[in-house]
Amino acid sequence: MSWHAPCKYTITMASIDYKNKLLTAFDESIDSKKGVRQVYAPYADWLAGKDFSQLAQKSRDAELLFRRVGITFAVYGEEEGAERLIPFDVIPRILAASEWGKLSDGACQRVRALNMFLNDIYHGQDIIKAGIMPESILTNEMYRPEMQGVDVPGGVYAHIAGIDIVRTEADTFYVLEDNLRTPSGVSYMLEDRRMMMRLFPELFRQYPIAPVDHYPQVLLENLRAAAPSGTTGDPTVVLMTPGAYNSAYFEHAFLAQQMGIELVEGRDMFVKDNAVFMRTTEGPKKIDVIYRRIDDDFIDPLAFRQDSMLGVPGLVSVYRNGGVTLANAIGTGVADDKATYTFVPDMIKFYLGEEPILSNVPTYKLSKADDRKYVLDNLAELVVKEVQGSGGYGMLVGPTSSKAQIEEFRLRIIADPDNYIAQPTLALSTCPTLVEQGVAPRHVDLRPYVLSGKTTSVVPGALCRVAMNEGSLVVNSSQGGGTKDTWVLQC
Amino acid sequence: MGAAMLSRTADHLYWMARYIERAENMARMLDVTYRMSLVQNAAQSEAALWVPLLHISDTVDDFNKAYDEVTASNVIYYISMDERNPSSIYSCLRAARENAHAVRVAMSLEMWENINSLWLEFLQLDKLVILDSGLTEFCDWVKSRSHLFRGVTYGTMLRDDGFWFTRLGGFIERADDMARLLDVKYHLLLPSASDVGGAVDYYEWSALLRSASAYLAYLKVYRDAVVPLRVAELLVLRKDMPRSLHACMDELTTILEHLSGNAGRECKRLAGEIHSTLKYGLIEDIYKEGLHEFLEAFLRQNNRLGLEIQRAYLNSPELELPMTQTQG
Repeated sequence: MSWHAPCKYTITMASIDYKNKLLTAFDESIDSKKGVRQVYAPYADWLAGKDFSQLAQKSRDAELLFRRVGITFAVYGEEEGAERLIPFDVIPRILAASEWGKLSDGACQRVRALNMFLNDIYHGQDIIKAGIMPESILTNEMYRPEMQGVDVPGGVYAHIAGIDIVRTEADTFYVLEDNLRTPSGVSYMLEDRRMMMRLFPELFRQYPIAPVDHYPQVLLENLRAAAPSGTTGDPTVVLMTPGAYNSAYFEHAFLAQQMGIELVEGRDMFVKDNAVFMRTTEGPKKIDVIYRRIDDDFIDPLAFRQDSMLGVPGLVSVYRNGGVTLANAIGTGVADDKATYTFVPDMIKFYLGEEPILSNVPTYKLSKADDRKYVLDNLAELVVKEVQGSGGYGMLVGPTSSKAQIEEFRLRIIADPDNYIAQPTLALSTCPTLVEQGVAPRHVDLRPYVLSGKTTSVVPGALCRVAMNEGSLVVNSSQGGGTKDTWVLQC
Repeated sequence: MGAAMLSRTADHLYWMARYIERAENMARMLDVTYRMSLVQNAAQSEAALWVPLLHISDTVDDFNKAYDEVTASNVIYYISMDERNPSSIYSCLRAARENAHAVRVAMSLEMWENINSLWLEFLQLDKLVILDSGLTEFCDWVKSRSHLFRGVTYGTMLRDDGFWFTRLGGFIERADDMARLLDVKYHLLLPSASDVGGAVDYYEWSALLRSASAYLAYLKVYRDAVVPLRVAELLVLRKDMPRSLHACMDELTTILEHLSGNAGRECKRLAGEIHSTLKYGLIEDIYKEGLHEFLEAFLRQNNRLGLEIQRAYLNSPELELPMTQTQG
């Protein structure tokens, strides 16, 4: 029986037809003996009793519901206000408790080290003195001299971190990148779960799935705990959005609503007497903590980009004086930069005295002559990324690119080698996914959200992004990626 | 009692409600005019029948810039679908949904889903069918979606200040629309029926009542023929008629009392002043002084109230208001 059968499905290795012969990827649902992996077994039984039209109908139901709820995102470059849905796949990604244990420990360990690194780099810079990181880190564009010597409450810089993890084998996970600025996507983790519970309640009776719904409450607790030390009474926490036309506006509104806090824009706030206030129907109200979903550059026209209409003049000055807390802190970009990434395992050893639980992907720096030569000789097998790039823009995936594309990229690298890193093309694991022809394997990644406050923790769930196009390894929503619910089993 | 909320949030909620209410009232007036055009005798020209709609929405000049001629189909399109008309049903629903989108956090999930699906449904409507034969159905759809949204607001929204600002917007708009409707209709109808109580065009007056869902109520209250004086009394002074000016002001004065804080003292005074003229007014006196003058004065006052609400609560410039907290 094939994945592409018109009617009933069973999961078997033989049924998977990889068009991309370069990659023999690990499939989340299939074990080494080519049988169904234990975590997927009840699901496979359930799936065998469904036919394609039933699943397709559920998929359409989901789309209709998402559209009605307005779970949409704006795509840059399209007409202002154009709203699109991120494709939602009705087949879940399932993780065993033991797998999750390792992932969550590894992600938390990483974020603890990254927060310590940020505190260090903006204070004593011991890691440079110890010769572990080069001094050139201080000339990185993302290093903010404004933050040097500034104490932040609890020493927490990245209150919210999204750690992108990929899998290549049953036991092999890699961290692809750390997102410490304004990581997005957590609303999909929460909304996908609600949708799955609505569409397939029977599966939730069969599987001991760890709940994720408390994420906003954990986040709110951490944000409240981050209030400046002088805060009297109940801290006022707000979520700052660039506005309703921002691509992640739905998520901003969703999180503010789930936490019961005000969703503010720059124009709702002003600075007076070393404090930040919001304009309310009863007059100005003091703000203690700002969960900001707006980049450093736009947050305060007096401190960073002068042309920013989205920020609050004087905000950064109040922040530096401890009058308000920003989450995440300003200047976290120096720690999630792709050039800094390679040092994270060393940071874990240096600050925590521990061995990294999760590995980095081997990374070539094109600023180094040896690495550059190797990369330029092997472009067709590698993935090349801009150091500052994000969202899947400005990258080359060698194995799926044409000769012309590779040659064009080669010229860009030679013109500005410092701006690029390269990594081997990882055979990202695949997960059964509903597509037009039926159920087929598609490549996936995983982004758990690590929350830091008094402790560092992660809610047992994640955003699972899936490259909906056959053979594609690019999972970003801006590049046609979709999402799946991620089930972490409790036993 | 509520608690302080962002001025911008209050502003969006207030305008969201205003636009929904305006869309409903435009649909009411459009539908009634359309129905009248179906029973028209040859005595009245097409233009004379349709121009009042443009007067009510204060868009005569803009309409004339966009069209050569006042015809039924031009006005119907202009009032229902035209993007160039800021008061068209299209523009109102779009603005309502955009205001809601900006503050979806401040309302219940059901409210947001309701207004979002309203807009999505609107985009799916077949414009040609509406303009050809489906106008009444379309107007009914707008009205029922407005009822539905009001109901979901009433049934699900937390009774914080957001709720009261939403209600406030709805009633300010309704009072304004009703006063305009009455003014234009009386202006047009009375000269041809200067012998008040005489041979009045039954269809015209009953149509006016129907546009306010007040026809059956009129019959129930007065058990009499449709007389202009009584129509005016019902729609201006009757407290128990939910679209009358008096009923609107009843609601507005109550809502203003619910709002927290001290910013709205002038709003409350103004609303009370307008309210008392409706509460204690007699239709015979108003007629003596001139209904047109009375309605013009009402529109001026209601507009002032709207501006004062805007100033006191919604714009909230930092320097004009006293600080509520003394920490610095």
